[in-house]
Amino acid sequence: MWQGFVDFVYQYVPWFDGGLAVVLIILIKGVALILPLIIMMAYMTYAERKVIGYMQLRIGPNRVGPIGLLQPFADVFKLMFKEIIFPTKANVYLFVLAPILAFVPAIAIWAVIPLGQDFYITNLDISLLYVLAIGSVGIYGIILAGWASNSKYPLLGALRSASLLVSYEIVVGFVAVTVVMAASSVNLNEIVSSQSGGIWNWYWIPLFPMMIVFWISALAETNRAPFDVVEGESEIMGGTHVEYSGMCFALFFMAEYINMIMMAALAVLMFFGGWHSPFEGVPYLQEFFAFVPDIMWLLGKMSFFLFLYLWIRATFPRYRYDQIMRLCWKVFLPLTIAWIMVVALMTQLHLGPWF
Amino acid sequence: MINKIKKIFKDFGLSEIRAGMKITGKQLTNDKITVQFPEERTPISPRFRGLLALRRYPNGEERCIACKLCEAVCPANAITIESEMRDDGTRRATKYDIDLFKCIFCGFCEESCPVDAIVGTHIFDYAFETREGSIIDKEGLLEVGDKHEKAISKARQADSKYR
Repeated sequence: MWQGFVDFVYQYVPWFDGGLAVVLIILIKGVALILPLIIMMAYMTYAERKVIGYMQLRIGPNRVGPIGLLQPFADVFKLMFKEIIFPTKANVYLFVLAPILAFVPAIAIWAVIPLGQDFYITNLDISLLYVLAIGSVGIYGIILAGWASNSKYPLLGALRSASLLVSYEIVVGFVAVTVVMAASSVNLNEIVSSQSGGIWNWYWIPLFPMMIVFWISALAETNRAPFDVVEGESEIMGGTHVEYSGMCFALFFMAEYINMIMMAALAVLMFFGGWHSPFEGVPYLQEFFAFVPDIMWLLGKMSFFLFLYLWIRATFPRYRYDQIMRLCWKVFLPLTIAWIMVVALMTQLHLGPWF
Repeated sequence: MINKIKKIFKDFGLSEIRAGMKITGKQLTNDKITVQFPEERTPISPRFRGLLALRRYPNGEERCIACKLCEAVCPANAITIESEMRDDGTRRATKYDIDLFKCIFCGFCEESCPVDAIVGTHIFDYAFETREGSIIDKEGLLEVGDKHEKAISKARQADSKYR
């Protein structure tokens, strides 16, 4: 389909030279990805309020539209028309730059996330490294927000987020190392391809502890409960978001939710076979589910993880700050390093059906 | 020693995390207890003391005889009454004002009233648009009473055997 589109552009829009056409195509691809992503993010906020409401025996938003389905749009329009207030002594340039710095990397990561067989924007050979690298750039947005606000609570939040994210980045990196060793590739497409063939070929079985560690670290990386010390409403009243309002705040909000969706996608790609059907190789079920497009499997698995985010948030109280650090440095890091050894041995000795 | 090992297994098995998530997972499908206020209301006791109202006799004559017992008993001095003799020789109130900012909804006026004229209704969700709106005069109170007479008499009926 893309090729047909490219041919069309070359044939009927002659004033486009090659370079401009490529830019145009990339632009269209990007918009085609970002728009559904932002709608998904908007409905993630709706789902969050609804699911947490249900778990607290409430019913959540139900006034705007049928069963509250238009609530995200009401929120978006409210935020768009709100005034952006700059604190008196804030550095305005950094203050505006911070939400952009948080938002852009969150979107940029999606360039390499494969959503299906041959369904991606770029097939980067080091896509997993790219994800980790760009993912850590997003921290700058939060740190800068805390610094530029020139206010105490945002600064505290920024300091917390800096140390929190830096610590858990290491754990996520080591978990990624185990996956890379298992798949012997850093390309997300190949990591997924190497998990083909049914639910028992996915990496969640041989890397089960790493899957748990990755998911808990993902919660910390995205500043979600129970690791939301960065916001910590009851402690530092919103952390880095305190001084932000209107669209500036909305950008932080969107960055957080898009990062959540990205982490869910990454968990699925790394441990749950990406776009592969769980019934591959099962004689009868494989044919029965053959009509389901591969992206639906990916989205289905992702939605489970997104639901898990909300479930965990509805269940657990916030961690104390030193407990978070203890969990990272004294539990997860030794565990991941030990499991790297295990995976190294398993891959070298060609154990099981996986390696 | 054995307890330590047990604890390690318990911690790494995430047993408490699973127990917690089981509880919230169960609540997800339970019946919700939200009362959606304007459409649904919680049941109210017949003795509920809401917005005050003046009642009439079934023949349309107002009950209040301006005895000023309510004015005297009101702990917040919310009631102001002025009276004069009417042409037929009965005493009636010419002014019966209640300042709802002062009123504490204690119900003493209702208890003291010898003719059951001033009563507390079940209305609790009302609002004023001006500051002066807090003072309800006699006409306003009678209007409230006329409008909700059915509910008022029903509540009195339900409570009568305990009085």
